[in-house]
Amino acid sequence: MTDTAHEARHIPDRLDSPLRGAVFSWPTLLLIVGVVLFIVNSLASPYFLSPWSLSDATFNFTEKAIIALAMALLIISGEIDLSVASIIALASTAMGVALQFGVGVPGLVTIGILTGLLCGFFNGFLVTGLGLPSIVVTIGTMSFFRGISYIVLGDQAFKGYPAGFDYFGQGYVWWVVSFEFALFLIFALLYYVLLHHTNFGRQVFTIGNNPVAARFSGVRVERVKFILFCLTGLMSGIAAVLLTSRLASTRPSIAVGWELEVVTMVVLGGVSILGGSGTIQGVVIAAFIMGLVTFGLGLLNVPGIVMSIFIGALLICVIALPIIWSRTRRRAAR
Amino acid sequence: MKFLKTLALTTALAATMLAAPAMAAEKIALVVKSLGNGFFDAAAKGAENAAKEIGGIEVIYTGPTSATAEGQIEIVNSLIAQNVNAIAISSNDPDALVPVLKKAMDRGIKVISWDSGVAAEGRQLHLNPSDTNLIGETIIKLAADYLPEGGDVAILSASSTATNQNAWIEAAKKILPEKFPKINLVSVVYGDDDSVKSTNEAKGLISSYPNLKAIIAPTTVGVVAAAQVVTDGNLIGKVNVTGLALPSEFKQFIDNGSSQAVALWNPIDLGYSAVYLSHQLIGGTEAKPGAKFSIGKVGEITLDDTNSAAMAAPFTFDKSNIEEFSKIY
Repeated sequence: MTDTAHEARHIPDRLDSPLRGAVFSWPTLLLIVGVVLFIVNSLASPYFLSPWSLSDATFNFTEKAIIALAMALLIISGEIDLSVASIIALASTAMGVALQFGVGVPGLVTIGILTGLLCGFFNGFLVTGLGLPSIVVTIGTMSFFRGISYIVLGDQAFKGYPAGFDYFGQGYVWWVVSFEFALFLIFALLYYVLLHHTNFGRQVFTIGNNPVAARFSGVRVERVKFILFCLTGLMSGIAAVLLTSRLASTRPSIAVGWELEVVTMVVLGGVSILGGSGTIQGVVIAAFIMGLVTFGLGLLNVPGIVMSIFIGALLICVIALPIIWSRTRRRAAR
Repeated sequence: MKFLKTLALTTALAATMLAAPAMAAEKIALVVKSLGNGFFDAAAKGAENAAKEIGGIEVIYTGPTSATAEGQIEIVNSLIAQNVNAIAISSNDPDALVPVLKKAMDRGIKVISWDSGVAAEGRQLHLNPSDTNLIGETIIKLAADYLPEGGDVAILSASSTATNQNAWIEAAKKILPEKFPKINLVSVVYGDDDSVKSTNEAKGLISSYPNLKAIIAPTTVGVVAAAQVVTDGNLIGKVNVTGLALPSEFKQFIDNGSSQAVALWNPIDLGYSAVYLSHQLIGGTEAKPGAKFSIGKVGEITLDDTNSAAMAAPFTFDKSNIEEFSKIY
């Protein structure tokens, strides 16, 4: 994921002023920020540089980052899904209901993931089948999915998940590497290959850049978008399994507000919110940066309000930078 | 470059944060449901007071921006990494925090919950602000204190199915013949914690019982509605309204005389007691059923079978202190 040379070579990832030279590629800049943050954090708190601390810190962003991978593709294709956090709630509730009927661990996981996939299917159908704008559709399903959870649960909670289920959100694969984190790394690799090394990935970029041109060149735009919605739903379902396992309980308020954090991660990772450009490397590094910032500031007991300001400022800087950069280049060229 | 600015900001932030806390022997984290809530700011004040009294304690007052379990888990993770000695939490979810708090205990951190509890396996002890019997007794006492000759009183409750209120009323009924023989409870009505319904029920009580001396409302909605009815009906001095009320909402009715006194948990004492309890756990006192803990000037608690205990009777607010507390919560 630190390999940054691919971006410039392959596809025109950027609509405006392609940044030539790996030095100024987006992931490189992000990586520098990440490394600097890492050093600053290690200097600022004596507790930061401990394997267990860092391992604990990964739990804070892993589930969101897993969704962000699929969300990145969706945003590159020019669509968005704001219902991801609500899909987590619904999938978690479905698992809770299944639990009441005595379903075992494999069944629970299947139900969680399938519920996510179904939600993605539903979003995809509304957007591509009926031709509705995705932002409107998913704002609707955001309330709709979570609403169902509230109807099922009210102010109650499902708990008592069986032994063994806790492994997904609390277990470790090797030493300090948690199952969640290992899963995230594997998915990151899969999505990297999917987006940057397959025809499907190229089609995603083409659609994001110009859906009409894509259609005329034989890309099945609706089908690709539909698959992307299903993928996002699927990843949300997987995140629901991980989070439910980590919390060992289900409440309808689970993962409230996560959709914005996921979108923040994607945009911070250099994916154009207008679609058409972005990299998986960038999104992965952005996930680490957000994790580092919140955990580092948390170690210093900086209040959450200050932390949100900090993340906001980082986001604005990161979005402003390429625009300022391209302007200065244009001016220099003149 | 923008990044330089970001960097400078981080470093500056880090530097100030590093410089601030002196190295203290014991670090006790007071984790609240959300920051920016007057109730919890008051608890933090109490915690600081306790830390000063005991000495050698650094209180870390923290909480998420919005009241979510996920936010609290992130905070607990960073507290574990900091090797705090104890975590005292008012949780947003009794179950979701259990795994992370268990992890904290595995790493040798003492964990207690206060105000809003965590399931028994996720903490060593839980401090309730008060308990059913104490609340039942207090709400009657609030009325009886101002009725030396006794008289008729009525209760305006929340809904007829409200678990808390029903338990308190049961306790109140039990204690009446023993401790308050002159007080005559004529009726219990239900306002469903709805302003309009509570107002109608209060009006109904006043017209049905002409000798009514006090209305007791053990709910913050009902107590305001009843006091408003007394105020509007020019009954100040005839009917005393009392019960459980938020000082900030209720101050005007103490001021105008429609109520002599009301009560509620005192957040300052809660934070204060949480630090005392954490300190004793760090010192090696074991939390087990029947164990006794000192909570400084607030008194002493004894743990029950579930390792929980009640702090004290609700704290009374009257003319002398409502001004001060109405600014807090």
